[in-house]
Amino acid sequence: MNYLSWLDYGFMKNAIIAILIITPLFGIIGTMIVNKKMAFFSDALGHSALTGIAVGVVCGIKDTTISMLIFAIVFALLLNKISKKSTASKDTIISVFSSCSVAIGLAILSKGGNFSEYSSLLVGDVLSITRKEIVYLVMIFVATIIFWIFAFNQLNAVAIHKTLAKSKNMKVEILENLFAVFVALIVTVSIKWVGILIINALLILPAASSRNLAENVREYHLFAVIISVFSGVLGLWVSYYTNVATGPMIVIIASVIYFATYFVGGRE
Amino acid sequence: MQKIIKPCGLHCIKVKHLGVQFGEQKVLDNINLHMHCGSLTAIIGKNGAGKSTLIRAILGDIPHTGTIEFRDTKDGKMQKLKIGYVPQSINIEKNTPISVYDLIASYQTKFPIFWHKKRTVYERIKRALKVFEADKLIDQRVCNLSGGQLQRVLLSMAIMDEPNLLLLDEPVSGIDQNGMELFFETMDYLKKHYDLAIVLISHDLDYVAKYADHVALVDKTIVKQGTVKEVYESKEYEEIFGKDSEEAWIDVEEDKLQEEVRKTSDIAKKFGVKEE
Repeated sequence: MNYLSWLDYGFMKNAIIAILIITPLFGIIGTMIVNKKMAFFSDALGHSALTGIAVGVVCGIKDTTISMLIFAIVFALLLNKISKKSTASKDTIISVFSSCSVAIGLAILSKGGNFSEYSSLLVGDVLSITRKEIVYLVMIFVATIIFWIFAFNQLNAVAIHKTLAKSKNMKVEILENLFAVFVALIVTVSIKWVGILIINALLILPAASSRNLAENVREYHLFAVIISVFSGVLGLWVSYYTNVATGPMIVIIASVIYFATYFVGGRE
Repeated sequence: MQKIIKPCGLHCIKVKHLGVQFGEQKVLDNINLHMHCGSLTAIIGKNGAGKSTLIRAILGDIPHTGTIEFRDTKDGKMQKLKIGYVPQSINIEKNTPISVYDLIASYQTKFPIFWHKKRTVYERIKRALKVFEADKLIDQRVCNLSGGQLQRVLLSMAIMDEPNLLLLDEPVSGIDQNGMELFFETMDYLKKHYDLAIVLISHDLDYVAKYADHVALVDKTIVKQGTVKEVYESKEYEEIFGKDSEEAWIDVEEDKLQEEVRKTSDIAKKFGVKEE
């Protein structure tokens, strides 16, 4: 049996390229999402993708990726702003926003009874990825890495103590908004092939597993990236031979790794 | 790291007519406070009196009215005030892989800390930690430090930028008696050997009495300030702390007693103790 025969197909090549580009980003950005306890926030962003597509359909935009991107960015910034201003707790606000936007999205997309057209969004389909989408992924990959190199220290400082960061002249609000925008970008470009239901798991699991093993920020990043890429590649490979959707398979593998690290590294 | 210099006593930080308002509610009003280098100013007051708000206002974290001036009284020149800040606590959860090096380096350098540990930065941080005998902690995870250790780490970081003013927000919580003594001795050492003014929010009135040069009693505004003796013997102090604090103490004792009684009767119910 030839274990590389699957790479003969063009769509599989695209899929593996996409996975190799995006999974390191999941690992990297996930470390900060977990540190900042923003898991619920990124989950809501994933859900907003439905509304983004609905808005695109209503406005007659052909490329729904664009409308999804714009909507997710607006959604993220708005969420950031309101949860800061409001007296209600952050998770309540996020929950309100998230369910509201999902409802609007579902309402619009289900009009006329053809929601099934969009139901592939829920579980995703990595094999449908096109050359053009890979170009998007590369652009976002480069942008995120640059952002991370220049802003990570400050993001970390803000996450640890806002007032202390402010006293060192860091632009707390700009940093937090930029971070939210990058999470929105990464979530939206991956949503079509990972699926709305499980995209958040890919952001959280590698970082959460890495936390069980790492002693410092460098190890935290390294392990998260390795775990993320490994789950992605193995998930694609296994899904090819078992004929299971790739997104869920990746998440299952990442979960198994999480539990393994939990028992190996569960010192505390 | 700052060289050890004798405080000149000529630098002066003046807070004038400072006020803070959250919406309609006035939290602080007309605060006037002078701080000199080489002196320890303690801010005391009850919970919710606005002590932490005052610190945040001085830091520029929240908008305020009034001015904060920093002058050299010798030639009267205005200078830019550099503030070192030691927060009450930091948001690092258990099991977070952030080492002491990572913590300090995120605030002190632009070089991405996730990439690799930079030798020069590492040495610089280690030197700063050494002042507070915390250099052995540099590679430990921050979430595993004790209250006292974390405080020394945060102090080292605050001193690294050679501040003119050191602000400490209730730093003594979660530290045992020995640690407290050590902390106040460190403060004493700092103010005598470094050219900076220290402002400290404290709940421990006994230590304040022993170490502070200047005390400000805060309740929305400064109701009384002066030397320890002046403030502690004032009627304002009596009103805020005198009777109340004793009563509070009695409350705690009573609660404990009642708890004990309740527990005993619970047990009695469970096992049906025979009355003699």
